[in-house]
Amino acid sequence: MTDSIECMVEVACKKVGCDPTRLLDVLISIQSRSQCINNETIDLIAGHLKTPRVQIESVVSFYTFLSKEPKGKIAIYLSSDVIDMLKGAEEVAAAFTDELGIEFGQVTDDGNFSLDWTSCIGMSDQAPAALINGTVVTELNVEKSRQIIRELKIHMDPDSLVKEAGDGNNSNPLIHSMVRNNIHEKGPIIFGLLNRGDAIRKAVRMSPVEVIRALKASRLRGRGGAGFPCGMKWEYTRAAKADCKYIICNADEGEPGTFKDRVLLTELPDRIFAGMTIAAYAIGATEGILYLRAEYVYLLNFLEEILQRRRVDGLLGQNIANCEGFHFDIRIQLGAGAYICGEETALISSAEGKRGDPKNRPPFPAQSGYLGYPTSVNNCETLSCVTKILEEGSASFSMHGNRQSTGTKLISISGDCTHPGVYEVDFGISLRELLNLAGAQSPEAVQVGGPSGQLVGVDDFERKICFDDLPTGGSIMVFDASRDLLQIVRQFMDFFVEESCGYCTPCRVGNVILKNGMERIIKGNGEPQDLVQFKQTAEMMKSCSRCGLGQTSWKPVITSLNNFPSLYAEKIQIDPDGFQRSFDLKEAVRLSESITGRVSTHSHQK
Amino acid sequence: MPGKITLEIDGVQIEADQGQYLIDAADNAGVYIPRLCHKPGLEPYGSCRLCTVVVNGRHCSACTTPVANNMVVENATENLQDFRKMIVEMLFVEGNHFCMFCEKSGNCELQGIAYRLGITAPQFPYLWTKKEVDASHPDILIDHNRCILCARCVRTSKDLDGKHVFDFTERGDKKKISVNSSARLAGTDVDITDQALDSCPVGALLRKREGYQVPVGQRLYDLKPIGTNIESPSTDNDKK
Ligand SMILES: Cc1cc2nc3c(=O)[nH]c(=O)nc-3n(C[C@H](O)[C@H](O)[C@H](O)COP(=O)(O)O)c2cc1C
Ligand code: SF4
Ligand code: FES
Repeated sequence: MTDSIECMVEVACKKVGCDPTRLLDVLISIQSRSQCINNETIDLIAGHLKTPRVQIESVVSFYTFLSKEPKGKIAIYLSSDVIDMLKGAEEVAAAFTDELGIEFGQVTDDGNFSLDWTSCIGMSDQAPAALINGTVVTELNVEKSRQIIRELKIHMDPDSLVKEAGDGNNSNPLIHSMVRNNIHEKGPIIFGLLNRGDAIRKAVRMSPVEVIRALKASRLRGRGGAGFPCGMKWEYTRAAKADCKYIICNADEGEPGTFKDRVLLTELPDRIFAGMTIAAYAIGATEGILYLRAEYVYLLNFLEEILQRRRVDGLLGQNIANCEGFHFDIRIQLGAGAYICGEETALISSAEGKRGDPKNRPPFPAQSGYLGYPTSVNNCETLSCVTKILEEGSASFSMHGNRQSTGTKLISISGDCTHPGVYEVDFGISLRELLNLAGAQSPEAVQVGGPSGQLVGVDDFERKICFDDLPTGGSIMVFDASRDLLQIVRQFMDFFVEESCGYCTPCRVGNVILKNGMERIIKGNGEPQDLVQFKQTAEMMKSCSRCGLGQTSWKPVITSLNNFPSLYAEKIQIDPDGFQRSFDLKEAVRLSESITGRVSTHSHQK
Repeated sequence: MPGKITLEIDGVQIEADQGQYLIDAADNAGVYIPRLCHKPGLEPYGSCRLCTVVVNGRHCSACTTPVANNMVVENATENLQDFRKMIVEMLFVEGNHFCMFCEKSGNCELQGIAYRLGITAPQFPYLWTKKEVDASHPDILIDHNRCILCARCVRTSKDLDGKHVFDFTERGDKKKISVNSSARLAGTDVDITDQALDSCPVGALLRKREGYQVPVGQRLYDLKPIGTNIESPSTDNDKK
């Protein structure tokens, strides 16, 4: 046994040339083979990579899908997102627990199964969903969940749970997944027709500066959330002086309720890779990285195969598209479970084999990014737009959308609607139109832009989806009147507490304070002062947090407070006796009784 | 003079060297910007966020922001001081800080800054998180209850001691200092003379049996508020 661990570590380390910046690859490979990275393994890796053991432990403990304690040979991670919850994840959890005889966080005695929760896995349109050793199982219910466990106990092979593959490339043997695309609206840009390779051939006939000019003319803005003008980002990266530059495609898609990049990666990966290649040409990069979230590992072999085909076709490698001296290739970096790694500087840290801590800015990635080299990080969808713009020109792109937000947007809709799925719509569409498209019968509240976006009510349904009105990286979650919005807000705060990297004080502590405050209010122990404190805390987090996570994570609380004040008012009543409701006397007495081991006579008189 | 630039902090013009970080430039000019994770001589880190200032209308941390000519900086505004109070209070409620019997009292930068900002009791509820103590080493103690995750020990051990005794493990509110051994601090190559031990701003990393050599009441910040050495460098006190 020990022998084989030693072997395994050696092989994994040698495979990356004992390069400590590839630590994440080593850890992912060992975790999947031996279900844990324990102290002994850490010491072995430390030896091979000549890295202090504590640094390795630091990385292992950062990521959800890496663990020092053994997981089961079959590791089940059930998605804990708000949408999964309202589609019945708790009943599914109970079924798993019952069939396996273990609680969440535990491993069966025989070491065969482990059960854990994880943040949104990008399947909100077919929730509840879970990951079983990387295989995605969707639309779970109690019966299906029991059946899954019973089958697994017999064959121990998650892949054979896929009885019927999903549509499109989901049924490609290299993917072979039950995931369905759920594409309900195809627009002209992302889903428009395209000839493979044309965009690159057009690009290399232009100068890099002309390519950037075309992008600026299209007024394409980043689709990952921040909306930064793509042409300008590339111009900065191009202007940076260095002998090596990088283009990174952000396929971390961690914002709960977002799953549009999943569909792009499944159906249109060539457009993403073409966009990266055009970016490389424009900024002068020779290497590209697709940072793929661990949850999408089921797409890995397929994507590798597409890359290989592009190499064969001369669309990657040396002298691309017969352009003398244009050399570029792409590698895929797998993540290991951390929402923060979608933030571009955290993503870079992670791709460097470190904890997914965001970096200090300045310097910006365009000046000093991956391994210190100028780097442009772009979202999958942004890069797909680039391909279309190069192929058909800036004007045909910017005629869609509105002035500040040109083109179309891929939207992922989930929750209380009849057609959850992916919609490509022109920017500027009203929220109400979108809700109608998705068949939302009686929407009461909509979370636009994921937990870090805003919770809006009916009054806001005429507002437009675009950067300067209601922005979204793609996530739209619909809630009808039957939903408990305060609970939903609390669950969003659970998510941020879980996913904060913990580097800076405002976010590490602020999210816990907001979450606890929500719990107090829900329990009926809230006070008017709590709401004042929410606002002050949020203001501080927005101004003082180190990265976009803490700068926006207060939004569920504050936007729900602003848009649904009565929900809070109902819960917060002034105690007629003038007592502070936040002080739970009974609970305090109970606690002191348990500490002292005595029973108070007074506490039982009332 | 080449490389000199000027900028403005709270309406006062100061000179700075090109390439300097804002907090260091302010220090040289006798302007105190509150800080905890910053320590001269270490790589800027930017985790506590106490040094948050407004530069040309945008919030940023002074310890990680390089100076630029004609920068306009707000530092001691009421709004920023309120934010700083909140941050310090968050650090207090996140850990378990009992100043009245902490041997670092009077020399503790967290306590010092709390007094300077006028905090009497935190407005946030205590989180009462359970934290560990590592007393395995014969001469050195780690008390996680008092750690504020500033990474000063991590950086000092790496950059000044040439070791890697400390690093962080876990993430979010579970993030904590860990040591380079599976056998706790005693298993590491930490040494009583390591500069890392002096880098801790609070009472989380302590040499054993030294606590009360200077009586309470005569310690650094018992005598002069924290930051005095920056504002009036002539005072001998607080020259750490
Ligand atoms: C907490 C956090 C999470 C993020 N997650 C993602 C993500 O999953 N995918 C993404 O493309 N951008 C994400 N972003 C935005 C990225 O930092 C970055 O702005 C984006 O990848 C740039 O690409 P774009 O200009 O093409 O949008 C996230 C930002 C933050 C602050
Ligand atoms: S805001 Fe701070 S703690 Fe939160 S994720 Fe960003 S760097 Fe980490
Ligand atoms: S001193 Fe600047 S963030 Fe801590």
